[in-house]
Amino acid sequence: MLDKTVASLADAVAGVQDGAVVMIGGFGASGVPTELVCALLDQGARELTIVNNNAGNGERGLSELIRAGRVRKMICSFARSSDRRKPNAAAFAEAYRAGRIELECVPQGTMAERMRAAGSGLGPFFTPTAYGTPLAQGKETRVIDGVGYVLEQPLKGDFALVKAEAGDRWGNLVYRYAGRNFAPVMCMAAQTTVAQVDRIVEKGELPPEHVMTPGIFVQRVVQVERSHVV
Amino acid sequence: MSFEKLSRARIAQMVAQDIPDGAYVNLGIGIPTLVSSFLPDDRDVILHTENGIVGMGPGDSGAPLDLDLINASKEAVTLLPGASITDHVVSFAMMRGGHLDLTVLGAFQVSERGDLANWDTGEPGTIPAVGGAMDLVAGARQVYITMEHTTKDGQPKLVRECSYPLTGAGVVDRVYTDMAIIDITPGGMVVRAMVAGLSFGRLQELTGCPLALAGDWRALNAG
Repeated sequence: MLDKTVASLADAVAGVQDGAVVMIGGFGASGVPTELVCALLDQGARELTIVNNNAGNGERGLSELIRAGRVRKMICSFARSSDRRKPNAAAFAEAYRAGRIELECVPQGTMAERMRAAGSGLGPFFTPTAYGTPLAQGKETRVIDGVGYVLEQPLKGDFALVKAEAGDRWGNLVYRYAGRNFAPVMCMAAQTTVAQVDRIVEKGELPPEHVMTPGIFVQRVVQVERSHVV
Repeated sequence: MSFEKLSRARIAQMVAQDIPDGAYVNLGIGIPTLVSSFLPDDRDVILHTENGIVGMGPGDSGAPLDLDLINASKEAVTLLPGASITDHVVSFAMMRGGHLDLTVLGAFQVSERGDLANWDTGEPGTIPAVGGAMDLVAGARQVYITMEHTTKDGQPKLVRECSYPLTGAGVVDRVYTDMAIIDITPGGMVVRAMVAGLSFGRLQELTGCPLALAGDWRALNAG
């Protein structure tokens, strides 16, 4: 019997090795699997490379992981606070300025597409994004039919941690509103995908054509009850 | 002759008037965000946000904050009837694939060839953070910029060459400043409109690259 549900957050993040590439879903505070990230903090893996659109939102979760010195490198599009009055990536900024953490700044769509390439079995691809800018430096470029392109590499994860609204024991997932963001592509790009869901539902309860991430991309499902409204 | 600079709201209003019915549009932060409040009621302008919403509404300040309904600036928004939501891959395919009719963004500098610098001041100590800006300008069919004509110190923001790091090369189509509306053409910058009371000579002095004045240019009123 195929049952991907696990009983605890500790079971959900078991096996993350030192040096792993861990993709974490979320855009701002939307769709962030905070409980899984906190479980990763307890789990103890070190020297992590984290792929996330931002570099921490507030003090919980990723910021704690960074403050604990567990992250060697961040791959993200926007590592700065979007709100100067309420800095949300302060732990990252501190570690970065102290030279304790490496940053790979990637255009947001290129980040998503690099994961899609990895998850779809593709090699490097040419994108017009960042052509002629500092983010293309050191990368192969080519002009095809008059358009300049930058060669970008697929981005694979050892683990992906994502948040969904509901999932079943086969790992089928649906997301709530814009909480979906990077989760579907991270599920595809990682070797082991862990989804924290608000509800585990019976198999068959999710209408097949409404499933947003088919269970083939998901290895573990853990239920974490949580409110979306603050 | 004296002139009055346009307010940020007035700039946003002028952009809104130029967006056609049925356009799919992505608005950046700052003045571009204000554009949404000036869109004429008799037009369907469909707003896209990088986190996957197509058909974003204005937000409801009375409603509790729902973290799953936010825009690119992480502000609460609402959904219009007819809205759809997708993931990041598809959302950025909308940009990069040329499906968005228009993006309106702020800028530090725009060059005479339409190079745009709006993501990094390049100052030592700043943390590089690009977000979706490079994808947007690479793919949207039209790129409009809204900004002040000069910096706070009076330095031109329309320049021969951007001194700040580029977001995209040759991507800008039109610039709305607090003094003028300027098209970027293969032949350089062409002034389509200027605020009432401003002479073309004075506008040229405040600009770091050569301007041409369109034959049918019009005067802009501050109010």
